[in-house]
Formats: sequence, C-alpha cells, structure tokens
Amino acid sequence: MEVAFYLISALAVGGALAAILLKNLVHAALALTLAFLGLAFLFLRLDAQFAGFAQILIYVGAVAILVVFAILLTRGSELPKEGVFSKTWLVGLVIAAGVFAILGWAILQAGPWLPQATAAPAVTVNDIGNLLMGRYVLPLEIVAVLLTAAMLGAVIVAMHEKEKTK
Amino acid sequence: MASPLVGYLLVAALIFAIGLAGALTRRNAIMVLIGIELMLNAANLNLIAFWRYGPHPETLTGMMFAIFSIAVAAAEAAVGLGLVISIYRHARTTDLEQMNRMKG
Repeated sequence: MEVAFYLISALAVGGALAAILLKNLVHAALALTLAFLGLAFLFLRLDAQFAGFAQILIYVGAVAILVVFAILLTRGSELPKEGVFSKTWLVGLVIAAGVFAILGWAILQAGPWLPQATAAPAVTVNDIGNLLMGRYVLPLEIVAVLLTAAMLGAVIVAMHEKEKTK
Repeated sequence: MASPLVGYLLVAALIFAIGLAGALTRRNAIMVLIGIELMLNAANLNLIAFWRYGPHPETLTGMMFAIFSIAVAAAEAAVGLGLVISIYRHARTTDLEQMNRMKG
C-alpha cells in the first residue's frame, strides 16, 4: 500500500461522506462528483484504464450533471424547514453501520487467503472491443436496448403533460 | 504482507455503507438516488479489484461486469431522476415523508 492509495481513498470516502452529510443539495451533488472522481482514480490505479475513463465520462460528466439538473428543476436548493434527515435516521444509521461491520469483518477474516500482488495484466482497449463484439455481443445488444428504452421512458415520464393540467 | 485487495475491499465496503446510510436517512428523493449511485459505484470497485487480482485477468470477466454495471446504473439514474421530476410536478415536493398516499 502506498501513499497515493490512501490519498485517493480519502478523496473517494470523503467525497461520499460529504455528499451524504451536506445540507445544501447542490453542494452534495458537487461532493458526489468528487467521490466519483476518486473512484475513477482507484480504477486507474487498478490498471483498468477503460473502466476508469468510462467512469469519468459517464459519472463525473453525465450523471452529476443530471443530478444537478434534477435538483434545480425541483427547487431542491432551498433548505426544508423540518431538516434534511428523516425521523427514522437512527435506524438507518444502525443498519448501515451493521452492514459495514459485517462486510469489514468478512474482508479481514478472508485477508490471509486473498491473492498477493501480481503483475499488471497486459490488456488493451483492442481486447475489450474484440470481447464486446465477440463473446459479450448479446449482453451488449441487451444493454443497448435497455438504454434506449430507459432514455425514452425517462423523457416520457418527465415530459410535461399539458392536457392533464387543464 | 497483507494482500493489496484488502484495502480496496475495505474502501468499497465503506463507500457502500455510506451510500446505504444516505439512502436510508435522507428525506429528499434525489439524495436517496445519490446514495444508491454510491452503492452501485462501490460494487463496481469490488468487481474491478477482484478482476485485477483474480486468477485470470486476461479474460476480462470482471471488467465486462463493471462496464455493463456502469451502463445499467446510468439508465437507472436517468429513469430515477425523471420519476423524481414527475412526482415533484404532481405533488410539489421531493420530501419522501410527505409522499404517503398511493392515490394521486
């Protein structure tokens, strides 16, 4: 483990914490962008260049903008009077802490059996493209149909229906 | 010498727990979606880490899982935020505790 790993992890975890804790929704969305960026750097450190840059393009680029648009369209930047956390926040916190305790316990228990550091796999974007067009062509087509259907559905759901408001 | 996987798995578990806490404790529907996105990203980090240190990284299985997961998460974000905007137009609120009616 090196210093760079700790710095990037601190960026990702700190961004995620800030995204959840900040009261102003626009600030939370910006902190979320930081968390996505930290995760993209972690992907790059894991020699997954394609996934890292896809993460930057899709999450830092598209999803963050989508979240900011939704916040502004719903006037979410105004702070609610009754606070930002729900009445049952303690239950949610206990559940999340329990899940982390179980996951962390399992990881630390499995520590000695996990594989040691290996040489970086020699994988190019060429290999990824060949696999996507060969072995994984059917999932790729299904994802294409899913994305098209989801985009059409999102537009139809969010579209203003003038007839019904009359 | 501990395996390098341990650090990545712990970071992923921490981000997953933070996302879960956010999804369970925030009142605003958009913040719940942000928590779900964080949980999906933590799962992607697990997939990539296991791919990198797994026995056969040259077959790219974990990487493919992560790429398809990113695509599905993007579709989920678009539909989820569209639904939030639609509900806001109907009920004039994104507060989940005020959305307690099944009837429109």
